[in-house]
Amino acid sequence: MPEECATWYHSRVGDSACIPSAASAVPTTTVTSRHSALVRVTHWITAVCFLALLVSGAEIVASHPRFYWGETGNDLTPTLFKLPIPASRALVPTGYGYVLPDQNGWSRYLHFQSAWVVVLTGLLYIISGLFTGHFRNSLLPLRADLSWRAFSRAIASRLRFERSSESEVWSYNLLQRLTYLIVIFVLFPLVIWTGLAMSPAFVSAVPAAVNVLGGQQSARTLHFFVSLALVLFLLVHILMVWLAGFRSRMRAMITGRVAAPMERT
Amino acid sequence: MSDLSRRKVIITGLAATAGALGLGAAARIAQRYGLVPPDHGGIYGLGETLTYASQRLLTRHSLAREFSRSQISKPPFANEIPPLSEEFKRLQAGGFADWRLSINGMVARPASFSLAQLKSYPSHSQITMLQCEEGWSYIAEWIGVPLSQVLQAVAVHPQAKYVVYFSIDPDWWESIDMADALHPQTFLTYGMNGDELPVGNGGPLRLRVSRQIGYKSVKYITQLTVTDSLKRFGKGLGSAAPEGGYAWYAGI
Repeated sequence: MPEECATWYHSRVGDSACIPSAASAVPTTTVTSRHSALVRVTHWITAVCFLALLVSGAEIVASHPRFYWGETGNDLTPTLFKLPIPASRALVPTGYGYVLPDQNGWSRYLHFQSAWVVVLTGLLYIISGLFTGHFRNSLLPLRADLSWRAFSRAIASRLRFERSSESEVWSYNLLQRLTYLIVIFVLFPLVIWTGLAMSPAFVSAVPAAVNVLGGQQSARTLHFFVSLALVLFLLVHILMVWLAGFRSRMRAMITGRVAAPMERT
Repeated sequence: MSDLSRRKVIITGLAATAGALGLGAAARIAQRYGLVPPDHGGIYGLGETLTYASQRLLTRHSLAREFSRSQISKPPFANEIPPLSEEFKRLQAGGFADWRLSINGMVARPASFSLAQLKSYPSHSQITMLQCEEGWSYIAEWIGVPLSQVLQAVAVHPQAKYVVYFSIDPDWWESIDMADALHPQTFLTYGMNGDELPVGNGGPLRLRVSRQIGYKSVKYITQLTVTDSLKRFGKGLGSAAPEGGYAWYAGI
C-alpha cells in the first residue's frame, strides 16, 4: 500500500522542513504525513479547552466587568476601565437597569478543569517537542530567514495577499513560526502565570508571583489582556486556515495527511 | 501489519495500561492523605481534585500575604448581605450580649462561648485581602482569636479531619480541612480596622479563612462542628457552596 509506505518513510524522517524534497523523491506517493499524531491530538485538546476557558472566563468577567490596577478594587474604588456590559450583580454600577443571571459556579468549575487539562496537554507537547526536535525543525525560524530583510519581505508579501508558496503546505513560513513561538512560549505562560497570581492560596506559597505584577487586581487585568491577545491569535489563525484552504488544512490537522505536490498540480 | 505499526500498538497499549494503573494508585494515595475534596464527584471532579490536592501540598503552612496599615481599603467596603432574621435583630438589639458560639462534634469538651469569652483570649490581628470570586476585593485589618486556640480549649480528637461552621442564616454553612482550621490566620473575627466588626462585614462573629475566596469566610457564626467525615452534612458535598453549584475548595 503506497500510503503505508509514505507513512513509514515520514515517520522516520520526522516532521522536518525537508519533507517536500523527500516527498518528491517518492513519485508514487499520493498522500503523506504533515503533522505528527501528538501534535494533532494536543492541538485539538487545546482548541476545545481554549473555547471552554473563553466561554467560562467571559461568564466570570460578566459578574464584575470593572478592571483595576494595584492590589484591590471594588465598587467604591476608581476603575482602570469598565466593560460596557450589564453585570450579574445589582451592586455593580453598570448603568443598566437589569442584571444577568449569575453563572459563576459552573463557570469557575469549568474554567479550572479546562485550565488543568490544557496545562497538562501543553506540558506533554513541550516535553515531547523538545525530544522529537519539533520546535527546532518546525518552529524555530530558518537560519536564512533570520534577518530584517527576510522579515520585512515576509510581512510585505503577506500584506499583498500573495498566494502561499508550495513549500508552505509542508512547513511553516517565517511569520507563522514567530507567531506560534510567541503563542506557545510567551502568551500561554503569561496567561497561566497571571491566572495563578489571582489565587489567594497559590500566592500564599509564592507571593512573588503576584507582587512582581503589581498586585492581585493588576494580575486580573493582565489576565484579561493576555486572554484578548490569545483570542486575537485564534481569529487570525482561523482566517489564515480559511485563506490557505480550509479543507486541506483541516485534513492535515485531523488526519495528518495532505495531498502530495505532484498530485495537487 | 508491519513491524513498526505492531510495535506502536504494543507501546501504546503498555502506556495506556501504565497510565490507568498510575491513576488508580494516585487516587488511592490522594484519598489516604486527605487530598480529595468532598465535591470530587461529577464532571468537574478531576479539576477540583487536582486543584485541591496540589494547593494543599503547596500551601500546608504558607501564610496569606499581609499588608501595611496604609494599604487598608478606604472607604471600607461591605458586600450585600441577605435579609437579617428576627432572631438576629433581637440579638442585635441586645448588643449581641446573648450571641453564642457552640462547639461540638469530635471534641473532648463541647462548649458554648459568648463573645466576651472569645474576647478574653489574647486578641490577634492580620491585615489581609478578602477577594470575591466575582473579581472585586478589599484589604482590611481583621481582629479576633485564632480558631486553633479555641479548638485547643475544647480538645479536638486526633481523628478529626474537618471543621463545619454554621451561620445564623440556616442556608449558609461551610467546612474546611484541619490544615485550614489550625492555620494561624484562620480567625474567629469580631473586630475590623481597629473597631467592632460591622454587621455588613459579618459582625458580630465571622470565620475568616484568609487563603480562600470570600465565600468561605462565613458571616454570623453560631456553631462549629468538628468531624472526621462530611457525608452526614447536607447532601454530603462538604458545604452549602457545592449544593449551590460552587466549589467546596476555594483557594483559587
